[in-house]
Amino acid sequence: MSKLQIDNLSFHTFGPFDLIVQPNQCIVISGTSGAGKSLLLRAIADLDPHEGMLLLDNQNYLLFPPTEWRKEIGLLPAESQWWYETVEEHFTNIEPAWFAQLGFDLTILKRKVSGLSTGERQRLALLRLLINKPSVLLLDEITANLDSENTVRIEKLIHTYKQQYQAAIIWVSHNAQQIKRIADKHFVLKDNLLTPAR
Amino acid sequence: MGIIQLSLTDLSIAALLIVLVVIINLWQQLHLTKSLVISAVRTVLQLFAIGFILRSLFAHPKFIWVTVLALIMLLVASHEAIARQKKRFSGWWNYYFSFVALLIASFGIAIFTLKIIIGAHPWYEPQYAIPLLGMVIGNTMTSISLSLNQLTQTVWQQRSIIEQRLLLGQSAQKAVSDIWRDSIRIGMIPSINAMAVAGIVTLPGMMTGQILAGISPLEAVKYQIMIMFILTAASSFGIMLALWLSSKRLFDERQRLRLDRLLSKN
Repeated sequence: MSKLQIDNLSFHTFGPFDLIVQPNQCIVISGTSGAGKSLLLRAIADLDPHEGMLLLDNQNYLLFPPTEWRKEIGLLPAESQWWYETVEEHFTNIEPAWFAQLGFDLTILKRKVSGLSTGERQRLALLRLLINKPSVLLLDEITANLDSENTVRIEKLIHTYKQQYQAAIIWVSHNAQQIKRIADKHFVLKDNLLTPAR
Repeated sequence: MGIIQLSLTDLSIAALLIVLVVIINLWQQLHLTKSLVISAVRTVLQLFAIGFILRSLFAHPKFIWVTVLALIMLLVASHEAIARQKKRFSGWWNYYFSFVALLIASFGIAIFTLKIIIGAHPWYEPQYAIPLLGMVIGNTMTSISLSLNQLTQTVWQQRSIIEQRLLLGQSAQKAVSDIWRDSIRIGMIPSINAMAVAGIVTLPGMMTGQILAGISPLEAVKYQIMIMFILTAASSFGIMLALWLSSKRLFDERQRLRLDRLLSKN
């Protein structure tokens, strides 16, 4: 059970924003580029300096060491980054069922990162993030570069994860079809305001 | 073996070689003439100045004057260590990092060498203290400069990777550990190379000087071995200190990467 509460959050020239994401809830945020969606996710993950309060299950984020907070709040950016040569060096643990759900067999672990497609990297980056079992998922246009088959695979895995771990999810997406499939609530970020989409 | 003294005419003949280089520069339009001439003039003025200072310091060895000279060397080296950095910390931080690292590493090693290894009396005997400190500070300065440049440049280039690692719950220290190791390696390469080829490819400067001054080659070798060991140790400690201080400044108390604290040159 994880509830994320955002109170009066402001960063750079954006905000203040208020938002509550309940356990097992997926909130989709859309908006034009430059509206501050990615910066909002970065501020929630405590990656950029910000004002205001972040609460996880009513606990102030400052009570968490930064490393623990970021394990609880799993942010997946639009473009994944890799720093070791092979895939398996980036994984501290694996969940074989999740690999299968995204269409991988475990031989992918032996592959070199440089030989992977953008789509493969993005799917593996999600698996790498889920290893930490985050209570909250912040997903920043993570399927923008994927084909429809892999997009649906990712949506299904995240849905399963959300139910299994009662995770709270904020998903930035522009794809209208996708928003229909995944959103429990949909907000639009425009002119520094988060307003419910009609 | 006596020493052959150099006259002003001898120095003028050497200076003619620089004039020749300047002529070639002008002919080839290499646009180096100005800096070449200024550097050559600086060499003459600076070395004669230090020559006169050392001559009077050797005649009247006073702790306070040795300290003043050492501090001037330290301040200049702290500035030079950061002068050619492509990315630097805003404000006085850069200067502070190189100053503290140079102060602790160079002075620590130099005092240890003077007191324990050489056993000079008094330990600040200028004939030993000043040349030794000069070599240690100069060498450590180069190492710190190379390492800091590598650290700040690579962190800038790899910011997305560092942030991705932070997002997976890694500590700031872990997220830059590879960059940290590379930066130490870059700073240590000159010292390690110098030790590896000493005596085969190059006759190190201090040893050459002692041999030219008439000291027996074996005595010169013993001094040179000691110098190379302490230079490597001072570089190593200086690098670690400078990198440690800089890394702390690159992240804030919530372990966020703070590239806003870095400025680009120009």
